Amino acid sequence: MENLIQLSYEVDGDDFTRAGEASANVKKSLRKLGVPPEVIRKVAIALYEGEINMVIHAEGGVIDVEISPEHVTMVLKDHGKGIADVEKAMQEGYSTAPDEVRSLGFGAGMGLPNMKKYSDEMEIDSTVGVGTTVTMTVYIP
Amino acid sequence: MTIQDVKSILNADVIYGDGLMEQEIHTACGSDMMSDVLAFVKDQSVLLTGLVNPQVVRTADMMDIRCIIFVRGKCPDEDIIELAKEREIALMSTSLRMFTACGLLWENGLRGEG
Repeated sequence: MENLIQLSYEVDGDDFTRAGEASANVKKSLRKLGVPPEVIRKVAIALYEGEINMVIHAEGGVIDVEISPEHVTMVLKDHGKGIADVEKAMQEGYSTAPDEVRSLGFGAGMGLPNMKKYSDEMEIDSTVGVGTTVTMTVYIP
Repeated sequence: MTIQDVKSILNADVIYGDGLMEQEIHTACGSDMMSDVLAFVKDQSVLLTGLVNPQVVRTADMMDIRCIIFVRGKCPDEDIIELAKEREIALMSTSLRMFTACGLLWENGLRGEG
């Protein structure tokens, strides 16, 4: 397929202060490509929340982003502990984040609901003890 | 109003962004919880917060927020300032508490919604 751009980032799980670097880079790339601002905003927020989640809950992982003229697809894959109850994790305000994460301004139980809110499609594939893959798509109108 | 007006109203010190002071801003939000900023903020250009860590700048960047004001006299470290420079986000610090700072800006015409 023509005009397909692929980006890939390793997310370091040890350094919370650097969490969000991949999302910032993706945002920059989308801006350079002239993607509409409302699409960039949706991608940036959804991806940033996902990236933060990877660092808080899964010791990092890999983010693959595919940009076509029609859509931006983000695949966040980790080998963390997995999500035991996806339905519960999707509830606003439900959080298993430790207290130190809350003191950094996160862990309010808004991560996954926010990711769903800002992406047009989201799929969670998680196995306890194996890891989680979240796939999000934002369409470019 | 401009970022310069915000500085005057809050009697704030500019930590970074002397060249960004003339930018027009219309709305603001105040929160120590970045999760909530990401969940509820829409098109606000100023963030008031008592939280001081790099994720404040990263969150602001994702939300297209142009100016961060640290309340209660808090000051960011060099890493945070560096991050704000890269992203061209103005940083200020005021000794006022959150409630007072938000109240003063409201009184002067800044609103929460666009």
